[in-house]
Amino acid sequence: MSDTLTLPTRKEEAFRYADIASLEALWPVAVQDIRVAAGEGGALALVLDGSNADAREIALVLEDGASFDLRLLNAGSAYGRIAVSVKLGKGANFHLGAAQIAGGNQTVEIVTEVTHAEPDAVSSQVIRSVLGGHATGTYLGKVAVARGAIGTDGSQSIRAMLLDRTATANARPELEIYADDVKCAHGCAVGELDPQGLFYLAQRGLTPAQAKKLMLQAFIAEAFVGAVDEEALTQAALDALEAIL
Amino acid sequence: MLTIENLSATVADKQILKDLSLTINAGEIHAIMGPNGAGKSTLGYTLGGRPGYEVTGGSATLDGVNLFDLEPHERAAAGLFLGFQYPVEIPGVSFVQFLRESANAQRKARGEAPLSGGEFLKLAKEKAGLLRMDMDMLKRPVNVGFSGGEKKRAEMVQMGILDPKLAILDETDSGLDIDALRICGEGINAIMRKPDKAVLLITHYQRLLDYVKPDFVHVLAGGRIVRTGGPELALELEEQGYEAVAA
Repeated sequence: MSDTLTLPTRKEEAFRYADIASLEALWPVAVQDIRVAAGEGGALALVLDGSNADAREIALVLEDGASFDLRLLNAGSAYGRIAVSVKLGKGANFHLGAAQIAGGNQTVEIVTEVTHAEPDAVSSQVIRSVLGGHATGTYLGKVAVARGAIGTDGSQSIRAMLLDRTATANARPELEIYADDVKCAHGCAVGELDPQGLFYLAQRGLTPAQAKKLMLQAFIAEAFVGAVDEEALTQAALDALEAIL
Repeated sequence: MLTIENLSATVADKQILKDLSLTINAGEIHAIMGPNGAGKSTLGYTLGGRPGYEVTGGSATLDGVNLFDLEPHERAAAGLFLGFQYPVEIPGVSFVQFLRESANAQRKARGEAPLSGGEFLKLAKEKAGLLRMDMDMLKRPVNVGFSGGEKKRAEMVQMGILDPKLAILDETDSGLDIDALRICGEGINAIMRKPDKAVLLITHYQRLLDYVKPDFVHVLAGGRIVRTGGPELALELEEQGYEAVAA
């Protein structure tokens, strides 16, 4: 996506909500290439939780029948951008579980482009964002189904929770389909914590921050369920939550 | 223990409680009865500090502490427990985790040492047993998939674990079958009928009072207490209806 040395502008769709000023210091972003051989499996968990701005780019190629489990936690205390491109061979299986947690004036974003190049591949993406303060959290996710890629099954589940009315969530699932007989679904929701639930927890003695954390824990967990390092990822996410509550 | 003086409160700018006064001493069980819309639930929520319930006059103190100076979680730590008419479902969070965190949050606020995992489980098991509730139920997400009766019993288990000074129980009897009503009644007696505790039961019906004998019965109508009596008042209400008694 960014195999160019020129700093992109916000006119480019994939950078529409990017923090270009922060990105400038990181540009160009080295691409991490991962190729999974036919029939093989792979997994990667990437956690951005440092205090400096960070941008990553991952290019995945799954050969026929290969599978990959990618988990992302985008929760640094400055700008964080993770771009992922995936090319799926015949019958390949790709799963992404991602959580973004941001507060203050932070910008976090995950940009994905999943190409079903051959028939019968499966891709599923679960994105959960928790945004407080004046933070902006973005998910731009394109699923492209090439001509002839019949039997494709692509899904995107995108949910964002706003802790303050001043926070912003951008979510844009996008489908580009050039084949018949494909199944592509996406669900997208932006909400706030249930005030009735918060009062119930407070009445039992939990502080407002504890009550919010408890309710958000379940929300975030959906991104990491079934991961090899589920426990470590969940703990890192809880620590990040604590920092913004 | 609880002293309410001339309490007035609004919900969505509508006056619900009007100059309500009530004193509950340690060791006493009071029942508040009244028709729909009289302000019974509003009284509980206002004392608990639910957002949207605004105090416009008067005071409420729990053992001398002004409740309205405290946040909801601080009122809980001060010893106030509100049993909800409609307990809230919280998907993805187990009862055990929620209750242990709640109990320890209260203990921390009171400057007490936290309960260890083992201590907490022992306590939870004991209180669940009082309400004939299987411990496996408490490993499930909070109230999710529970029947109306199970939710109410779970409320009483929570009360047992949190061990409040004052429990305000909002229609704990609604949605209960005969057996569950008896079990909840016995649970309330076992947990709360003690010289240093007090209970305010909010109910429409006499039937819970067969199991939890009140020392005082109050009739709430039009946002204030219009009559106070002993247990016989509940029977009179049951026979004659609110309209006749509250008039």
